[in-house]
Amino acid sequence: MAKVFIYPINSLILADLVERFGHEPLTMMSQIREKVTSLSLDSPPLNITPEDPKLGLKYAAIEVPAGVRGRMSLIGPLIEQTEAAIIVENPPTDFGCVGCDRTNELTKYLVRSKGVPVLEVKYPESDEEARDFVNKIAAFLESLPEGKPEKGEQAKEEKPVEEEGKK
Amino acid sequence: MSTEEAGLVKIALVSCGSEYAGVQPEFEEAAAKVNAKFVYPEIDIASIETIGRDFGLEVASGDLRLMMARAKAVVEGTTNVDGVFITTCFRCAEGAIVRNEVRRYIHRHSNIPVISYSFTESTSAGTLLTRLEALTTVVRRRHLLTRETQAGLTAGIDSGSTTTKAVVMRDNKIIGMGWVPTTKVLESAEEAYSIALKEAGVSREEIQALGTTGYGRFLIGNSFKAQLVQEEITVNSKGAVYLADRQRGPATVIDIGGMDNKAISVEDGIPGMFTMGGICAGASGRFFEMIAKRLGVDITELGALAVKGMHENVSMNSYCIVFGTQSLVNSLAKGATPEDVAAAACYSVVEQIYEQQLQEVDVKEPLILVGGSSLIAGVPKALGELLKIDVLVPENSHMIGAVGAALLASGFVEE
Repeated sequence: MAKVFIYPINSLILADLVERFGHEPLTMMSQIREKVTSLSLDSPPLNITPEDPKLGLKYAAIEVPAGVRGRMSLIGPLIEQTEAAIIVENPPTDFGCVGCDRTNELTKYLVRSKGVPVLEVKYPESDEEARDFVNKIAAFLESLPEGKPEKGEQAKEEKPVEEEGKK
Repeated sequence: MSTEEAGLVKIALVSCGSEYAGVQPEFEEAAAKVNAKFVYPEIDIASIETIGRDFGLEVASGDLRLMMARAKAVVEGTTNVDGVFITTCFRCAEGAIVRNEVRRYIHRHSNIPVISYSFTESTSAGTLLTRLEALTTVVRRRHLLTRETQAGLTAGIDSGSTTTKAVVMRDNKIIGMGWVPTTKVLESAEEAYSIALKEAGVSREEIQALGTTGYGRFLIGNSFKAQLVQEEITVNSKGAVYLADRQRGPATVIDIGGMDNKAISVEDGIPGMFTMGGICAGASGRFFEMIAKRLGVDITELGALAVKGMHENVSMNSYCIVFGTQSLVNSLAKGATPEDVAAAACYSVVEQIYEQQLQEVDVKEPLILVGGSSLIAGVPKALGELLKIDVLVPENSHMIGAVGAALLASGFVEE
């Protein structure tokens, strides 16, 4: 199982595809969920504080706008864990979207320069392209090494099976 | 109007990055203090793909396209709001372009008051409070702001960062003035008010209504039991057009204060777009005080000195008060004349106001220059040269806050 970075980083479809092939998608949703839980706050969707843009200084300099650095404080740690990545170019907003394109540019650059396997695919415009899109992603995910699940992952992996059983 | 006065003001928040910069709670806190609530105009997500072409400005960032879509929703009335707050990250060029164009778009197509601001992660609720107070005042007290003449016997106190000013007015005339340096806020107000009352020849008990403004407005207003406690954006723009006798039609007010400055676009005496500076005191009265001290002249003599000088002979950048002073020391060491240095200081300050603030306000004539720094003759001269328009400095231009407060307070006499 590989930790796969996805772009757009909040794409539910991509996250689902990665999970279906037995890998762990690195998503913005998981970061936000973790943050809210770790701070024990119940004011979703975000509990970013002015400290987060300072944490983002690890990935972007002080002259970079605070909104970019705040986002990087969430995305940067995911890139650090990344073992593989899928980047979808030109996705429509409802496929997944980070609102700031400067963040997108920096994110993709950091992923590409990390030296991990990266699949770059264009968002499909037709049914045929859609099939090709899914096939390319599937082939890429299948090519990734299957590692041992990390501690605590066993329970997580069993859960979808239970859910399927209920259906 | 009383229900409107007390009611919740709905402000459309048109922003990019405020959540991720961690300042959203500060925004919410400032809004709550002025009994305002941010709303997020609902838009169809599909419109994010097409808004660039519809609006005419195609940008890459989704949140900036969302801002344009939300501005459109406000203008077209699909979302009903009382005001708009447009904000993006400081130092984001793409964000600055969208912020300015969205502000202009709303201003051009509606009468909804708009303020814009660029934030950092250090932006606090206190920084935003005056701006949001001004926005909600324009919504709640429009009837009060339409007042063009002072009636009865009223007074105004302007507690500024450097000086405290007080005026007493009767039947549309200033009959007493007090102007003292601000040391302790309440004591300085007491002193300035006492001087003004003495000059007017009236007692405190005779005053029918009192208005307070400036940094110390809440403290003084509470202590002196003022009828009107009001931020300086609306009060100063009202005082400026009143003193300049330009109450009807468009005007631009530039107020160079002791520690910050304001540029306000005014229509019929009511502020529309405005900006408040304050990144560095290099563009404020405090810089002039330092220059005067270094040149060994009184601040009141600096203007006459500047008028005789040529700013082109000295290179000075007052973007930072420390570097500005360094330029001054270097210039004097190279043999520059005090006249040229004084002129360069004036030009540097107005150049910074032009670069930092007038870009966000559409300058419409007449340009009314007010605040203590307007009395330094080199300042209106430099501003006029830079903008290539005549600059109007009304009589008692340093008293606008106090005059505006006395004028607006007279609304409470009749009530």
